[in-house]
Amino acid sequence: MNPIFACALWLAPVLLLLAMACALVRLLRGPSAEDRILALDTLYVAAALLVLVLGVRANGGGAYFEVALLIALLGFASTSAMAKFVLRGEVVE
Amino acid sequence: MRHLAELPGWVQAVCGALLLLGAALALIGAVGVLRLPNFFQRVHATTLASTLGGWSVGVAAALYYSFSAQRVALHPLLVPALLTLTVPVSTFFLMRAAVFRHRLAGTPGVPGNLGAAAAEKDVPARTDEGQ
Repeated sequence: MNPIFACALWLAPVLLLLAMACALVRLLRGPSAEDRILALDTLYVAAALLVLVLGVRANGGGAYFEVALLIALLGFASTSAMAKFVLRGEVVE
Repeated sequence: MRHLAELPGWVQAVCGALLLLGAALALIGAVGVLRLPNFFQRVHATTLASTLGGWSVGVAAALYYSFSAQRVALHPLLVPALLTLTVPVSTFFLMRAAVFRHRLAGTPGVPGNLGAAAAEKDVPARTDEGQ
């Protein structure tokens, strides 16, 4: 196997996990509500990319691509709902 | 379905480089979210992961699936396409909420309502009412 590819298959999930850890620290530290929502936004984008990378690692088996698509869709809905909540105090008016 | 090691050499190299680039950009964006001093600077950092990072991982996955199944498989590109369409919209919502809250709190460095400054100069102001 090509050394770049072998290295990437191990290093890319590690880098994405580190990215999720950074976002998680910001999520726990705050300080304000919008900071936490932004951290959650970063977290779900990194999670969707991680699932895509794991799909390549799994050599085509499993439903990784569908899971990544679901994470991206639900992440958008949740971020929009939380931003609306921070702005207005309720989600559905 | 071919095994990972049976793919052509250049496909492996390009795939690996794109995966590393996308993961590194996601990490740089997340470190920015963690380290930058205030919210309005942090909001810039997330875009690294959702635009170039997402596309490079998506292109790598599409290349891998195409060569592994030996047919054109572009479905992994749906994920970065969806991210590119939705992340700016949700970030814009979040940004409006943050500006609203910071104006209410009177945070220094956040400009006030632009309508108030324009009204003093007798210029018709663009207001945020009715939205």
